[in-house]
Amino acid sequence: MSVTTLPSRRLVHRQPGWLVRLFDYKPFLIVICLTPAIGLLLVFLTYPLGLGVWLAFTDTTIGRRGVFVGLENFQYLLSDPLWWNAVFYSVFYTAVATFGKFALGFWLALLLNNHFPFKSLLRAIVLLPWIVPTVLSALAFWWIYDPQFSIISYLLVDVLHLRATNVDFLGSPWPARFSLIAANIWRGIPFVAISLLAGLQTISPSLYEAAMLDGATAWQRFRYITFPMMLPILAIVMTFSIIFTFTDFQLVYAITRGGPVNSTHLLATLAFQRGIAGGELGEGAAIAVSMIPFLIFATLFSYFGLARRKWQQGESND
Amino acid sequence: MTEALAPSAKSSNVASSTPDTMEWDSRARRMVMIYLPLSCFVLILLFPFYWMAITSFKPNAELLNYKAHNPFWISSPTLAHIKHLLFETAYPHWLMTTMSVAIGATFISLFSSTLAAYAIERLRFRGSPYVGLGIYLAYLVPPSILFIPLATVVVQFGLFDSPLALILVYPTFLVPFCTWLLIGYFKSIPYELEECALVDGATRLQILRRITLPLAVPGLISAGIFSFTLSWNEFIYALAFIQSSANKTVPVAILTELVSGDVYQWGALMAGSLLGSLPVAIFYSLFVDYYVSSLTGAVKE
Repeated sequence: MSVTTLPSRRLVHRQPGWLVRLFDYKPFLIVICLTPAIGLLLVFLTYPLGLGVWLAFTDTTIGRRGVFVGLENFQYLLSDPLWWNAVFYSVFYTAVATFGKFALGFWLALLLNNHFPFKSLLRAIVLLPWIVPTVLSALAFWWIYDPQFSIISYLLVDVLHLRATNVDFLGSPWPARFSLIAANIWRGIPFVAISLLAGLQTISPSLYEAAMLDGATAWQRFRYITFPMMLPILAIVMTFSIIFTFTDFQLVYAITRGGPVNSTHLLATLAFQRGIAGGELGEGAAIAVSMIPFLIFATLFSYFGLARRKWQQGESND
Repeated sequence: MTEALAPSAKSSNVASSTPDTMEWDSRARRMVMIYLPLSCFVLILLFPFYWMAITSFKPNAELLNYKAHNPFWISSPTLAHIKHLLFETAYPHWLMTTMSVAIGATFISLFSSTLAAYAIERLRFRGSPYVGLGIYLAYLVPPSILFIPLATVVVQFGLFDSPLALILVYPTFLVPFCTWLLIGYFKSIPYELEECALVDGATRLQILRRITLPLAVPGLISAGIFSFTLSWNEFIYALAFIQSSANKTVPVAILTELVSGDVYQWGALMAGSLLGSLPVAIFYSLFVDYYVSSLTGAVKE
């Protein structure tokens, strides 16, 4: 820090005008400062959120103002196998992808926490999948999963001779589901790895030294030092990851659009298909609203993760 | 402690910043435990980009014939796909739209979140922690549950099919992020500096402009490049609010305008993806450290 001079010194004896005094009046200044951010969030976030809940109880379509229909939309959804299918795949997608992302991401973070040449370059490269627009990398995956010209099929069939026929990645339900999950894991690893790496670097080396003196093995050091110390940051990163995986839209929309035979619809893509493409705004909003309980669950998870941090450090820091 | 122990203690201190680097870690063991998995990770994480790049320079004949040509290399590279993209589609126009939307949204979010973060962290009023918490919670509301009602709001405002709608809507997910990032930065600036200025008779806005903001420049850069990247990459709002081909952003346009018919133009598609990724990738390579610090800073907050 090299801030030594205060440039405001020459302003001391100027008589302030009323406008200057008004802007120096703290309550007024607070209101002025908060207005743009709070205003934007109220108009484009809180209001639409409320409106979305209201729309879910109406039969609005594009171009026609709806009337209140009570729980009709939700009753319809409960009897709709496609909605149940989307709920199932959303939960499955989130569970498997989150597990994969964290297992591989944690591993990558541990690897990156070692000393080796070109470390910062490598860290920069690793983050690349997260920086590039998801739709564009999804298109690359679509091409990689092509039924005829898939490079993976080429490797398996023509180079390694492990299979006789091309892999049908996106043509039937289960392979398509797992292909999407693989793409999601690929995209999620960098974020998890880099966030966890930051957490790893805050663990004091003296803990490991003490454990080494006590003769702890590498696994014991991981199990009793690294993992517990990482729990708070794991909880936060996982909450974000779960929320944004559960409400994922881009990957599925770009690669399969919910097909084959609607087997890979997530709740978000189903809401888009019914609400925007199909014009049934009320029903689409009901599908979107049905995601909220899951999100609240994930947020509570984060809250308890944070509470645990304070308890662990034995103080109430922020 | 004897003198003889000191050098070894020192060397173990150097090594201890990474706990796994110990004397008994032999070369071969390091090879298997670290370099091998690491190179697998890098290979898999980078392969789609390699594939994207190589596809966009392959002539069509080579693209669809793995028997005669090694698919991992190009025997006769061509610029045909990129030429097609730049001169026969509206790609340059989409690029300009995306650029202006991203810049506009970034400016609005930076402006409003700087003021908000300053008010929450430095003007400190009763309830400021709750305002901060409220903004944090806004970050947890994903676009997927907002886009349907937002579409009706956008129509109400008469902004449907206009890039202005995107410029106004993107701050909903940028402002919470930037505000939290900047609160963290403002916290790291010693409050005494401001007190000195107050004693000298500076007004609060002068303090913000001449003392706090110059010191928070790294934070502002982080927030700015992050906002730019996020708005460049945004998809669902742009898909739902923009109808006409001319106003589409790059990610939406590539998916909806270039994917047509039954025969996919993979060369053009991949060239479009490559060109659409390039601006953020270049931007990223210039500011890697800011990205990493803002990503980790936001998580730690």
